[in-house]
Amino acid sequence: MSDLRDLYQDVILEHSKAPRNYREQPAADHKAEGFNPLCGDHFTIFVKLDGDTIQDVSFQGSGCAISKASASMMTQTLKGKTKAEAEQLFTRFHDLVTGRAEGAAGSNQELGKLEVFSGVSEFPVRVKCATLAWHTLNAALEGKQEAITTE
Amino acid sequence: MSIAAKAVSGAFDVERVRADFPILEQKVHGKPLVYLDNAATSQKPRAVIDAISRYYEGTNANIHRAVHHLSEQATGEYEAARATAQKFINAPSSTEVIFVRGTTEGINLVAQTFGRANIHAGDELVVTDMEHHSDIVPWQLLCEDRGAKLRVVPINDRGELIFEEYEKLLGPRTKLVCVTHVSNALGTVNPVREIVAKAHGLGIPVLVDGAQAVPHLKVDVQALDCDFYSFSGHKVYGPTGIGVLYGKKALLEAMPPYQGGGDMILNVTFEKTTYNRLPYKFEAGTPDIAGVIGLGAALEYVEGLGIEKIGAYEHELLDYATAAVSKIPGLKIIGTAKEKAGVLSFTLENIHPHDIGTILDREGIAIRTGHHCSQPVMRRFGVDSTARASFAMYNTKHEVDALVRGIEKVREVFA
Repeated sequence: MSDLRDLYQDVILEHSKAPRNYREQPAADHKAEGFNPLCGDHFTIFVKLDGDTIQDVSFQGSGCAISKASASMMTQTLKGKTKAEAEQLFTRFHDLVTGRAEGAAGSNQELGKLEVFSGVSEFPVRVKCATLAWHTLNAALEGKQEAITTE
Repeated sequence: MSIAAKAVSGAFDVERVRADFPILEQKVHGKPLVYLDNAATSQKPRAVIDAISRYYEGTNANIHRAVHHLSEQATGEYEAARATAQKFINAPSSTEVIFVRGTTEGINLVAQTFGRANIHAGDELVVTDMEHHSDIVPWQLLCEDRGAKLRVVPINDRGELIFEEYEKLLGPRTKLVCVTHVSNALGTVNPVREIVAKAHGLGIPVLVDGAQAVPHLKVDVQALDCDFYSFSGHKVYGPTGIGVLYGKKALLEAMPPYQGGGDMILNVTFEKTTYNRLPYKFEAGTPDIAGVIGLGAALEYVEGLGIEKIGAYEHELLDYATAAVSKIPGLKIIGTAKEKAGVLSFTLENIHPHDIGTILDREGIAIRTGHHCSQPVMRRFGVDSTARASFAMYNTKHEVDALVRGIEKVREVFA
Protein backbone atom coordinates (compact mmCIF):
# COMPACT_ATOMS: atom_id res chain seq x y z
CA MET A 1 0.00 0.00 0.00
CA SER A 2 2.98 2.33 0.62
CA ASP A 3 3.69 3.03 -3.05
CA LEU A 4 -0.04 3.57 -3.61
CA ARG A 5 0.03 6.21 -0.89
CA ASP A 6 3.06 7.77 -2.61
CA LEU A 7 0.97 8.08 -5.74
CA TYR A 8 -2.32 9.05 -4.16
CA GLN A 9 -1.04 11.60 -1.67
CA ASP A 10 -3.66 13.48 0.29
CA VAL A 11 -2.92 16.72 -1.56
CA ILE A 12 -3.53 14.97 -4.88
CA LEU A 13 -6.77 13.38 -3.72
CA GLU A 14 -7.93 16.69 -2.32
CA HIS A 15 -7.23 18.54 -5.59
CA SER A 16 -8.92 15.81 -7.61
CA LYS A 17 -12.06 16.14 -5.53
CA ALA A 18 -12.06 19.94 -5.45
CA PRO A 19 -10.04 21.15 -8.43
CA ARG A 20 -8.92 24.80 -8.40
CA ASN A 21 -9.41 27.12 -11.37
CA TYR A 22 -11.94 24.71 -12.79
CA ARG A 23 -13.80 27.10 -15.04
CA GLU A 24 -14.17 28.29 -18.57
CA GLN A 25 -12.57 31.63 -19.48
CA PRO A 26 -14.58 33.38 -22.14
CA ALA A 27 -11.87 36.07 -22.28
CA ALA A 28 -9.03 33.59 -22.75
CA ASP A 29 -6.69 34.44 -25.61
CA HIS A 30 -5.18 30.96 -25.77
CA LYS A 31 -7.04 27.69 -25.57
CA ALA A 32 -6.35 24.04 -26.39
CA GLU A 33 -7.94 20.64 -25.95
CA GLY A 34 -6.01 17.60 -24.81
CA PHE A 35 -6.99 13.93 -24.97
CA ASN A 36 -5.60 10.80 -23.46
CA PRO A 37 -7.14 8.30 -25.89
CA LEU A 38 -6.10 5.35 -23.75
CA CYS A 39 -8.47 6.22 -20.93
CA GLY A 40 -10.71 8.93 -22.34
CA ASP A 41 -9.26 11.81 -20.30
CA HIS A 42 -10.21 15.09 -21.90
CA PHE A 43 -9.29 18.58 -20.78
CA THR A 44 -9.52 22.08 -22.16
CA ILE A 45 -6.97 24.60 -20.92
CA PHE A 46 -7.72 28.34 -21.06
CA VAL A 47 -4.95 30.94 -20.81
CA LYS A 48 -5.02 34.70 -20.65
CA LEU A 49 -1.68 36.34 -21.30
CA ASP A 50 -0.49 39.80 -20.38
CA GLY A 51 2.42 40.26 -22.72
CA ASP A 52 4.53 37.21 -21.92
CA THR A 53 3.06 36.70 -18.47
CA ILE A 54 0.30 34.23 -17.66
CA GLN A 55 -2.34 36.44 -16.14
CA ASP A 56 -4.90 33.70 -15.73
CA VAL A 57 -5.02 29.96 -16.47
CA SER A 58 -7.92 27.59 -15.91
CA PHE A 59 -9.22 24.25 -17.10
CA GLN A 60 -12.29 22.12 -17.64
CA GLY A 61 -12.91 18.51 -18.53
CA SER A 62 -12.79 15.04 -17.08
CA GLY A 63 -10.11 12.61 -16.13
CA CYS A 64 -8.62 10.45 -13.44
CA ALA A 65 -7.48 11.71 -10.04
CA ILE A 66 -3.88 12.14 -11.20
CA SER A 67 -4.70 14.08 -14.35
CA LYS A 68 -7.26 16.28 -12.64
CA ALA A 69 -5.05 17.07 -9.63
CA SER A 70 -2.15 17.77 -11.97
CA ALA A 71 -4.25 20.22 -13.99
CA SER A 72 -5.52 21.88 -10.84
CA MET A 73 -2.08 22.32 -9.28
CA MET A 74 -0.56 23.41 -12.58
CA THR A 75 -3.02 26.28 -12.85
CA GLN A 76 -2.24 27.34 -9.28
CA THR A 77 1.48 27.28 -9.91
CA LEU A 78 1.51 29.09 -13.23
CA LYS A 79 -0.41 32.23 -12.49
CA GLY A 80 2.00 35.17 -12.74
CA LYS A 81 4.74 33.13 -14.40
CA THR A 82 6.15 33.98 -17.83
CA LYS A 83 5.82 31.62 -20.79
CA ALA A 84 9.53 30.78 -20.52
CA GLU A 85 9.19 29.99 -16.83
CA ALA A 86 6.17 27.78 -17.55
CA GLU A 87 8.15 25.88 -20.14
CA GLN A 88 11.02 25.37 -17.73
CA LEU A 89 8.66 24.15 -15.03
CA PHE A 90 7.14 21.64 -17.42
CA THR A 91 10.59 20.25 -18.18
CA ARG A 92 11.31 19.90 -14.46
CA PHE A 93 7.88 18.41 -13.80
CA HIS A 94 8.36 15.94 -16.64
CA ASP A 95 11.73 14.91 -15.20
CA LEU A 96 10.10 14.48 -11.79
CA VAL A 97 7.27 12.20 -12.92
CA THR A 98 9.51 10.15 -15.20
CA GLY A 99 12.07 9.65 -12.42
CA ARG A 100 14.80 11.64 -14.16
CA ALA A 101 15.05 14.31 -11.47
CA GLU A 102 17.28 12.36 -9.11
CA GLY A 103 20.50 13.96 -7.94
CA ALA A 104 19.22 17.38 -8.86
CA ALA A 105 17.39 18.03 -5.62
CA GLY A 106 18.23 21.71 -5.71
CA SER A 107 16.62 22.22 -9.05
CA ASN A 108 13.38 20.72 -7.76
CA GLN A 109 12.91 23.44 -5.25
CA GLU A 110 11.11 25.62 -7.71
CA LEU A 111 8.57 22.86 -8.32
CA GLY A 112 7.34 23.50 -4.79
CA LYS A 113 4.00 21.84 -4.18
CA LEU A 114 4.21 19.97 -7.48
CA GLU A 115 6.73 17.64 -5.83
CA VAL A 116 3.80 15.60 -4.54
CA PHE A 117 3.72 14.03 -8.02
CA SER A 118 7.10 12.33 -7.52
CA GLY A 119 5.25 9.06 -6.75
CA VAL A 120 4.08 8.91 -10.36
CA SER A 121 7.58 7.81 -11.43
CA GLU A 122 6.84 4.40 -9.87
CA PHE A 123 3.80 4.07 -12.15
CA PRO A 124 5.09 4.58 -15.71
CA VAL A 125 1.67 4.09 -17.33
CA ARG A 126 0.37 7.03 -15.32
CA VAL A 127 2.95 9.55 -16.58
CA LYS A 128 0.54 10.44 -19.37
CA CYS A 129 -2.13 11.30 -16.83
CA ALA A 130 0.18 13.59 -14.90
CA THR A 131 1.44 15.40 -17.98
CA LEU A 132 -1.77 15.75 -20.02
CA ALA A 133 -2.59 19.22 -18.68
CA TRP A 134 0.98 20.40 -19.25
CA HIS A 135 1.09 19.14 -22.83
CA THR A 136 -2.23 20.82 -23.43
CA LEU A 137 -0.97 24.08 -21.92
CA ASN A 138 2.02 23.96 -24.26
CA ALA A 139 -0.30 23.50 -27.21
CA ALA A 140 -2.42 26.43 -26.03
CA LEU A 141 0.62 28.71 -25.69
CA GLU A 142 1.94 27.66 -29.05
CA GLY A 143 -1.45 28.41 -30.52
CA LYS A 144 -1.85 24.97 -32.10
CA GLN A 145 -5.25 24.50 -33.65
CA GLU A 146 -5.49 20.75 -33.52
CA ALA A 147 -6.39 18.82 -30.40
CA ILE A 148 -3.33 17.21 -28.88
CA THR A 149 -3.07 13.71 -27.52
CA THR A 150 -0.62 12.01 -25.21
CA GLU A 151 -0.27 9.04 -27.55
CA MET B 1 -28.08 -23.96 -6.41
CA SER B 2 -30.16 -26.38 -8.41
CA ILE B 3 -29.08 -29.98 -8.85
CA ALA B 4 -28.56 -29.44 -12.56
CA ALA B 5 -26.26 -26.47 -11.97
CA LYS B 6 -24.29 -28.46 -9.42
CA ALA B 7 -23.80 -31.28 -11.87
CA VAL B 8 -22.50 -28.87 -14.50
CA SER B 9 -20.03 -27.11 -12.19
CA GLY B 10 -18.91 -30.45 -10.79
CA ALA B 11 -18.07 -31.58 -14.28
CA PHE B 12 -15.77 -28.61 -14.86
CA ASP B 13 -12.47 -28.93 -13.02
CA VAL B 14 -11.16 -25.37 -12.97
CA GLU B 15 -7.98 -26.26 -11.07
CA ARG B 16 -7.02 -28.76 -13.75
CA VAL B 17 -7.69 -26.15 -16.42
CA ARG B 18 -5.59 -23.57 -14.56
CA ALA B 19 -2.67 -25.99 -14.48
CA ASP B 20 -2.66 -25.91 -18.29
CA PHE B 21 -1.93 -22.15 -18.34
CA PRO B 22 1.69 -21.48 -17.32
CA ILE B 23 1.25 -17.69 -17.06
CA LEU B 24 -1.30 -18.00 -14.27
CA GLU B 25 1.33 -19.25 -11.84
CA GLN B 26 3.10 -15.92 -11.60
CA LYS B 27 2.91 -13.16 -9.05
CA VAL B 28 2.37 -9.50 -9.87
CA HIS B 29 3.58 -6.91 -7.33
CA GLY B 30 4.10 -9.82 -4.94
CA LYS B 31 0.47 -11.01 -5.20
CA PRO B 32 -0.88 -14.00 -7.14
CA LEU B 33 -1.93 -12.84 -10.60
CA VAL B 34 -5.69 -12.48 -10.94
CA TYR B 35 -6.21 -12.08 -14.65
CA LEU B 36 -9.59 -10.53 -15.38
CA ASP B 37 -8.86 -8.88 -18.71
CA ASN B 38 -9.93 -11.78 -20.86
CA ALA B 39 -12.16 -9.74 -23.14
CA ALA B 40 -9.00 -7.93 -24.25
CA THR B 41 -7.07 -11.13 -24.74
CA SER B 42 -7.07 -14.55 -23.14
CA GLN B 43 -4.08 -16.46 -21.83
CA LYS B 44 -2.68 -19.45 -23.73
CA PRO B 45 -2.65 -23.07 -22.63
CA ARG B 46 0.49 -25.18 -22.86
CA ALA B 47 -1.07 -27.05 -25.79
CA VAL B 48 -1.06 -23.88 -27.91
CA ILE B 49 2.42 -22.78 -26.88
CA ASP B 50 3.74 -26.27 -27.62
CA ALA B 51 2.00 -26.50 -31.00
CA ILE B 52 3.70 -23.29 -32.10
CA SER B 53 7.12 -24.39 -30.80
CA ARG B 54 6.71 -27.81 -32.41
CA TYR B 55 5.90 -26.20 -35.72
CA TYR B 56 8.99 -23.99 -35.69
CA GLU B 57 11.22 -26.75 -34.36
CA GLY B 58 10.13 -29.51 -36.70
CA THR B 59 7.78 -28.49 -39.49
CA ASN B 60 8.54 -24.93 -40.61
CA ALA B 61 8.19 -24.53 -44.37
CA ASN B 62 6.03 -22.50 -46.70
CA ILE B 63 2.67 -24.00 -47.57
CA HIS B 64 0.83 -24.78 -50.83
CA ARG B 65 4.03 -24.37 -52.83
CA ALA B 66 6.76 -26.94 -52.76
CA VAL B 67 6.81 -30.68 -53.23
CA HIS B 68 9.30 -31.32 -50.43
CA HIS B 69 8.50 -33.14 -47.20
CA LEU B 70 8.38 -30.20 -44.79
CA SER B 71 6.17 -28.13 -47.05
CA GLU B 72 3.78 -31.02 -47.39
CA GLN B 73 3.68 -31.46 -43.61
CA ALA B 74 3.20 -27.76 -42.94
CA THR B 75 0.41 -27.60 -45.52
CA GLY B 76 -1.24 -30.59 -43.91
CA GLU B 77 -1.20 -29.03 -40.45
CA TYR B 78 -2.39 -25.68 -41.79
CA GLU B 79 -5.34 -27.26 -43.57
CA ALA B 80 -6.10 -29.49 -40.59
CA ALA B 81 -6.48 -26.32 -38.50
CA ARG B 82 -8.94 -25.02 -41.09
CA ALA B 83 -10.99 -28.18 -40.71
CA THR B 84 -10.89 -27.74 -36.92
CA ALA B 85 -12.13 -24.16 -37.26
CA GLN B 86 -14.84 -25.27 -39.67
CA LYS B 87 -16.07 -27.86 -37.20
CA PHE B 88 -15.81 -25.40 -34.30
CA ILE B 89 -18.32 -22.99 -35.83
CA ASN B 90 -20.15 -25.70 -37.78
CA ALA B 91 -19.48 -24.14 -41.17
CA PRO B 92 -20.85 -26.28 -44.02
CA SER B 93 -17.53 -26.31 -45.86
CA SER B 94 -13.87 -25.60 -45.08
CA THR B 95 -13.76 -23.50 -48.26
CA GLU B 96 -15.89 -20.97 -46.37
CA VAL B 97 -13.28 -20.58 -43.63
CA ILE B 98 -10.80 -17.80 -44.45
CA PHE B 99 -7.83 -17.11 -42.23
CA VAL B 100 -7.36 -13.43 -41.44
CA ARG B 101 -5.38 -11.47 -38.85
CA GLY B 102 -8.34 -11.19 -36.53
CA THR B 103 -11.94 -10.04 -36.23
CA THR B 104 -10.98 -6.56 -37.40
CA GLU B 105 -9.40 -7.77 -40.60
CA GLY B 106 -12.33 -10.09 -41.27
CA ILE B 107 -14.73 -7.15 -41.08
CA ASN B 108 -12.47 -4.96 -43.21
CA LEU B 109 -12.24 -7.73 -45.78
CA VAL B 110 -16.03 -7.81 -46.12
CA ALA B 111 -16.20 -3.99 -46.23
CA GLN B 112 -13.55 -3.79 -48.94
CA THR B 113 -14.86 -6.61 -51.13
CA PHE B 114 -18.54 -7.28 -50.57
CA GLY B 115 -18.97 -3.62 -49.61
CA ARG B 116 -17.29 -2.10 -52.62
CA ALA B 117 -19.12 -4.46 -54.95
CA ASN B 118 -22.57 -4.03 -53.44
CA ILE B 119 -22.87 -0.73 -51.59
CA HIS B 120 -23.69 2.31 -53.70
CA ALA B 121 -24.73 5.92 -53.22
CA GLY B 122 -27.94 6.18 -51.24
CA ASP B 123 -27.65 2.67 -49.78
CA GLU B 124 -27.82 2.07 -46.06
CA LEU B 125 -25.91 -0.14 -43.61
CA VAL B 126 -27.32 -0.97 -40.21
CA VAL B 127 -25.02 -1.27 -37.17
CA THR B 128 -25.87 -1.13 -33.47
CA ASP B 129 -25.05 1.32 -30.70
CA MET B 130 -23.05 -1.39 -28.90
CA GLU B 131 -20.56 -2.17 -31.67
CA HIS B 132 -16.82 -2.20 -31.09
CA HIS B 133 -15.01 0.47 -33.12
CA SER B 134 -13.85 -2.32 -35.43
CA ASP B 135 -17.47 -2.90 -36.48
CA ILE B 136 -18.13 0.83 -36.95
CA VAL B 137 -15.12 2.46 -38.57
CA PRO B 138 -14.73 0.05 -41.56
CA TRP B 139 -18.37 0.77 -42.42
CA GLN B 140 -17.92 4.51 -41.96
CA LEU B 141 -14.97 4.42 -44.37
CA LEU B 142 -17.07 2.47 -46.84
CA CYS B 143 -20.02 4.84 -46.47
CA GLU B 144 -17.78 7.86 -47.04
CA ASP B 145 -16.30 6.25 -50.10
CA ARG B 146 -19.66 5.23 -51.52
CA GLY B 147 -21.96 8.00 -50.39
CA ALA B 148 -23.91 5.46 -48.35
CA LYS B 149 -25.42 5.97 -44.93
CA LEU B 150 -24.85 4.27 -41.58
CA ARG B 151 -27.98 3.68 -39.49
CA VAL B 152 -27.65 2.81 -35.81
CA VAL B 153 -29.92 0.53 -33.76
CA PRO B 154 -30.36 2.06 -30.28
CA ILE B 155 -30.04 0.13 -27.02
CA ASN B 156 -32.05 0.36 -23.80
CA ASP B 157 -30.83 1.19 -20.28
CA ARG B 158 -29.95 -2.44 -19.61
CA GLY B 159 -27.76 -2.49 -22.69
CA GLU B 160 -30.04 -4.59 -24.88
CA LEU B 161 -30.88 -3.89 -28.51
CA ILE B 162 -34.31 -2.37 -29.01
CA PHE B 163 -35.62 -4.89 -31.49
CA GLU B 164 -38.60 -2.81 -32.68
CA GLU B 165 -36.23 0.02 -33.56
CA TYR B 166 -34.05 -2.43 -35.46
CA GLU B 167 -37.05 -3.60 -37.46
CA LYS B 168 -37.95 -0.01 -38.28
CA LEU B 169 -34.46 0.70 -39.64
CA LEU B 170 -34.62 -2.11 -42.18
CA GLY B 171 -35.88 -1.07 -45.59
CA PRO B 172 -35.36 -1.28 -49.34
CA ARG B 173 -32.14 0.74 -49.06
CA THR B 174 -30.57 -1.53 -46.42
CA LYS B 175 -27.78 -3.55 -48.01
CA LEU B 176 -26.13 -5.09 -44.95
CA VAL B 177 -26.70 -5.52 -41.21
CA CYS B 178 -23.62 -5.66 -38.94
CA VAL B 179 -24.07 -6.77 -35.36
CA THR B 180 -21.92 -8.02 -32.54
CA HIS B 181 -22.81 -11.41 -31.09
CA VAL B 182 -21.63 -10.43 -27.59
CA SER B 183 -20.84 -6.84 -26.57
CA ASN B 184 -17.26 -6.37 -25.37
CA ALA B 185 -18.18 -3.39 -23.18
CA LEU B 186 -21.48 -4.63 -21.72
CA GLY B 187 -21.46 -8.39 -22.05
CA THR B 188 -24.87 -8.38 -23.76
CA VAL B 189 -25.62 -11.47 -25.85
CA ASN B 190 -27.60 -10.36 -28.88
CA PRO B 191 -30.44 -12.43 -30.37
CA VAL B 192 -28.48 -13.00 -33.57
CA ARG B 193 -30.76 -15.68 -34.93
CA GLU B 194 -33.79 -13.37 -34.73
CA ILE B 195 -31.78 -10.46 -36.11
CA VAL B 196 -30.71 -12.56 -39.09
CA ALA B 197 -34.20 -13.95 -39.69
CA LYS B 198 -35.66 -10.46 -39.77
CA ALA B 199 -33.01 -9.19 -42.21
CA HIS B 200 -33.27 -12.25 -44.44
CA GLY B 201 -37.02 -11.71 -44.64
CA LEU B 202 -36.11 -8.61 -46.63
CA GLY B 203 -33.23 -10.24 -48.49
CA ILE B 204 -30.56 -8.41 -46.47
CA PRO B 205 -27.34 -10.23 -45.53
CA VAL B 206 -25.93 -10.06 -41.99
CA LEU B 207 -22.35 -9.89 -40.71
CA VAL B 208 -21.71 -10.96 -37.12
CA ASP B 209 -18.75 -9.78 -35.03
CA GLY B 210 -18.03 -12.91 -33.02
CA ALA B 211 -14.90 -11.77 -31.17
CA GLN B 212 -16.46 -11.94 -27.72
CA ALA B 213 -18.86 -14.81 -28.38
CA VAL B 214 -16.57 -17.59 -29.56
CA PRO B 215 -14.79 -18.06 -26.20
CA HIS B 216 -18.06 -18.31 -24.27
CA LEU B 217 -20.87 -19.82 -26.34
CA LYS B 218 -21.38 -22.56 -28.84
CA VAL B 219 -21.36 -20.79 -32.19
CA ASP B 220 -23.17 -22.57 -35.00
CA VAL B 221 -23.12 -20.42 -38.13
CA GLN B 222 -25.68 -22.66 -39.82
CA ALA B 223 -28.13 -22.37 -36.94
CA LEU B 224 -27.58 -18.59 -36.83
CA ASP B 225 -27.86 -18.53 -40.63
CA CYS B 226 -25.61 -15.44 -40.69
CA ASP B 227 -23.84 -14.58 -43.93
CA PHE B 228 -20.50 -13.58 -42.42
CA TYR B 229 -19.01 -14.38 -39.02
CA SER B 230 -15.66 -12.97 -37.93
CA PHE B 231 -13.63 -13.89 -34.85
CA SER B 232 -10.13 -13.64 -33.38
CA GLY B 233 -7.93 -16.50 -32.23
CA HIS B 234 -6.35 -14.68 -29.30
CA LYS B 235 -9.63 -14.23 -27.45
CA VAL B 236 -10.28 -17.97 -27.54
CA TYR B 237 -6.91 -19.04 -26.06
CA GLY B 238 -5.08 -18.96 -29.39
CA PRO B 239 -2.24 -16.75 -30.60
CA THR B 240 -2.56 -13.08 -31.52
CA GLY B 241 -2.55 -12.03 -35.16
CA ILE B 242 -4.79 -14.82 -36.41
CA GLY B 243 -8.52 -15.12 -36.82
CA VAL B 244 -11.27 -16.50 -39.00
CA LEU B 245 -13.77 -15.02 -41.38
CA TYR B 246 -16.62 -17.33 -42.26
CA GLY B 247 -18.72 -16.42 -45.28
CA LYS B 248 -21.42 -18.19 -47.22
CA LYS B 249 -19.97 -19.71 -50.34
CA ALA B 250 -22.25 -17.98 -52.83
CA LEU B 251 -21.36 -14.57 -51.39
CA LEU B 252 -17.63 -15.29 -51.19
CA GLU B 253 -17.57 -16.54 -54.77
CA ALA B 254 -19.26 -13.40 -56.05
CA MET B 255 -16.92 -11.09 -54.10
CA PRO B 256 -13.78 -9.62 -55.68
CA PRO B 257 -10.47 -10.55 -53.98
CA TYR B 258 -9.28 -8.59 -50.95
CA GLN B 259 -5.53 -8.42 -51.45
CA GLY B 260 -3.54 -9.49 -54.47
CA GLY B 261 -0.43 -11.63 -54.26
CA GLY B 262 0.84 -15.17 -54.11
CA ASP B 263 -1.44 -18.11 -53.36
CA MET B 264 -4.61 -16.24 -54.38
CA ILE B 265 -4.10 -16.81 -58.10
CA LEU B 266 -4.43 -19.64 -60.59
CA ASN B 267 -2.74 -17.95 -63.50
CA VAL B 268 -1.09 -14.57 -63.92
CA THR B 269 -0.34 -12.76 -67.17
CA PHE B 270 0.01 -9.03 -67.61
CA GLU B 271 -3.25 -9.07 -69.55
CA LYS B 272 -5.35 -11.03 -67.10
CA THR B 273 -5.09 -12.88 -63.81
CA THR B 274 -7.37 -15.75 -62.84
CA TYR B 275 -8.04 -16.01 -59.15
CA ASN B 276 -7.69 -19.12 -57.08
CA ARG B 277 -10.71 -20.97 -55.72
CA LEU B 278 -12.08 -20.47 -52.20
CA PRO B 279 -10.76 -19.97 -49.61
CA TYR B 280 -7.35 -19.20 -51.18
CA LYS B 281 -8.75 -16.33 -53.22
CA PHE B 282 -8.82 -14.36 -49.95
CA GLU B 283 -5.47 -15.52 -48.55
CA ALA B 284 -2.82 -13.60 -50.47
CA GLY B 285 0.79 -14.01 -49.47
CA THR B 286 2.42 -16.34 -46.98
CA PRO B 287 0.01 -16.52 -44.07
CA ASP B 288 0.73 -16.78 -40.35
CA ILE B 289 1.22 -20.54 -40.57
CA ALA B 290 2.33 -20.94 -36.94
CA GLY B 291 -0.60 -18.78 -35.86
CA VAL B 292 -3.08 -20.94 -37.75
CA ILE B 293 -1.61 -24.11 -36.23
CA GLY B 294 -1.73 -22.47 -32.78
CA LEU B 295 -5.35 -21.46 -33.36
CA GLY B 296 -6.18 -25.03 -34.35
CA ALA B 297 -4.60 -26.26 -31.10
CA ALA B 298 -6.61 -23.70 -29.10
CA LEU B 299 -9.92 -24.69 -30.68
CA GLU B 300 -9.14 -28.36 -30.10
CA TYR B 301 -8.33 -27.59 -26.48
CA VAL B 302 -11.66 -25.81 -26.02
CA GLU B 303 -13.51 -28.61 -27.82
CA GLY B 304 -11.84 -31.11 -25.51
CA LEU B 305 -13.25 -29.35 -22.45
CA GLY B 306 -16.61 -28.73 -24.11
CA ILE B 307 -17.75 -25.20 -24.91
CA GLU B 308 -21.15 -25.80 -23.29
CA LYS B 309 -19.48 -26.82 -20.03
CA ILE B 310 -17.17 -23.81 -20.23
CA GLY B 311 -20.12 -21.52 -20.87
CA ALA B 312 -22.09 -22.93 -17.94
CA TYR B 313 -19.13 -22.57 -15.58
CA GLU B 314 -18.46 -18.99 -16.71
CA HIS B 315 -22.12 -18.12 -16.37
CA GLU B 316 -22.08 -19.29 -12.78
CA LEU B 317 -18.94 -17.25 -12.16
CA LEU B 318 -20.46 -14.13 -13.71
CA ASP B 319 -23.59 -14.52 -11.58
CA TYR B 320 -21.43 -14.91 -8.48
CA ALA B 321 -19.36 -11.84 -9.38
CA THR B 322 -22.44 -9.77 -10.21
CA ALA B 323 -24.01 -10.58 -6.85
CA ALA B 324 -20.74 -9.91 -4.98
CA VAL B 325 -19.92 -6.51 -6.50
CA SER B 326 -23.56 -5.39 -6.30
CA LYS B 327 -23.12 -5.24 -2.53
CA ILE B 328 -20.29 -2.69 -2.78
CA PRO B 329 -21.64 0.79 -1.93
CA GLY B 330 -21.40 3.25 -4.81
CA LEU B 331 -20.71 0.59 -7.41
CA LYS B 332 -22.87 0.70 -10.51
CA ILE B 333 -22.90 -2.10 -13.07
CA ILE B 334 -23.04 -0.86 -16.68
CA GLY B 335 -24.77 -3.48 -18.79
CA THR B 336 -27.46 -5.50 -17.06
CA ALA B 337 -28.95 -7.38 -20.00
CA LYS B 338 -30.90 -10.55 -19.29
CA GLU B 339 -28.52 -12.51 -21.52
CA LYS B 340 -24.90 -11.79 -20.72
CA ALA B 341 -21.53 -13.47 -21.16
CA GLY B 342 -18.12 -12.90 -19.67
CA VAL B 343 -18.17 -9.17 -18.93
CA LEU B 344 -18.72 -7.10 -15.79
CA SER B 345 -18.40 -3.37 -16.52
CA PHE B 346 -18.82 -0.93 -13.67
CA THR B 347 -18.26 2.54 -12.29
CA LEU B 348 -17.50 3.35 -8.66
CA GLU B 349 -18.84 6.62 -7.29
CA ASN B 350 -16.79 9.42 -8.83
CA ILE B 351 -13.59 7.44 -8.83
CA HIS B 352 -12.08 7.35 -12.29
CA PRO B 353 -11.68 3.82 -13.70
CA HIS B 354 -8.01 4.48 -14.39
CA ASP B 355 -7.41 5.00 -10.68
CA ILE B 356 -9.37 1.82 -9.93
CA GLY B 357 -7.18 -0.04 -12.43
CA THR B 358 -3.92 1.18 -10.86
CA ILE B 359 -4.95 0.26 -7.33
CA LEU B 360 -6.22 -3.19 -8.38
CA ASP B 361 -3.00 -3.76 -10.32
CA ARG B 362 -1.02 -3.35 -7.09
CA GLU B 363 -3.15 -6.19 -5.72
CA GLY B 364 -2.13 -8.34 -8.67
CA ILE B 365 -5.53 -7.93 -10.33
CA ALA B 366 -5.58 -7.15 -14.05
CA ILE B 367 -8.73 -5.47 -15.34
CA ARG B 368 -9.34 -3.15 -18.27
CA THR B 369 -10.20 0.48 -17.77
CA GLY B 370 -11.22 2.97 -20.40
CA HIS B 371 -13.74 3.16 -23.20
CA HIS B 372 -13.06 -0.39 -24.45
CA CYS B 373 -13.00 0.79 -28.07
CA SER B 374 -16.73 1.36 -27.72
CA GLN B 375 -17.12 5.10 -27.29
CA PRO B 376 -20.74 5.17 -28.53
CA VAL B 377 -21.68 2.74 -25.73
CA MET B 378 -19.92 4.94 -23.18
CA ARG B 379 -21.81 7.99 -24.45
CA ARG B 380 -25.08 6.05 -24.29
CA PHE B 381 -24.50 5.47 -20.58
CA GLY B 382 -23.20 8.98 -19.95
CA VAL B 383 -19.69 7.94 -18.91
CA ASP B 384 -16.24 8.45 -20.42
CA SER B 385 -15.02 5.08 -19.35
CA THR B 386 -15.71 2.09 -17.14
CA ALA B 387 -13.74 -0.48 -15.22
CA ARG B 388 -14.24 -3.91 -16.75
CA ALA B 389 -13.58 -7.30 -15.26
CA SER B 390 -13.94 -10.02 -17.89
CA PHE B 391 -13.88 -13.70 -17.17
CA ALA B 392 -12.46 -16.82 -18.73
CA MET B 393 -12.86 -20.49 -17.94
CA TYR B 394 -9.76 -20.47 -15.70
CA ASN B 395 -11.06 -17.79 -13.33
CA THR B 396 -12.36 -18.81 -9.91
CA LYS B 397 -14.68 -17.57 -7.22
CA HIS B 398 -11.60 -16.92 -5.07
CA GLU B 399 -10.42 -14.51 -7.73
CA VAL B 400 -13.80 -12.79 -7.69
CA ASP B 401 -13.40 -12.45 -3.92
CA ALA B 402 -9.96 -10.90 -4.47
CA LEU B 403 -11.55 -8.45 -6.90
CA VAL B 404 -14.14 -7.46 -4.33
CA ARG B 405 -11.42 -6.94 -1.69
CA GLY B 406 -9.46 -4.89 -4.22
CA ILE B 407 -12.43 -2.65 -4.91
CA GLU B 408 -12.85 -2.17 -1.15
CA LYS B 409 -9.22 -1.01 -1.08
CA VAL B 410 -9.95 1.50 -3.85
CA ARG B 411 -12.73 2.91 -1.70
CA GLU B 412 -10.33 3.15 1.27
CA VAL B 413 -7.73 5.07 -0.74
CA PHE B 414 -10.37 7.49 -1.98
CA ALA B 415 -12.33 7.68 1.28
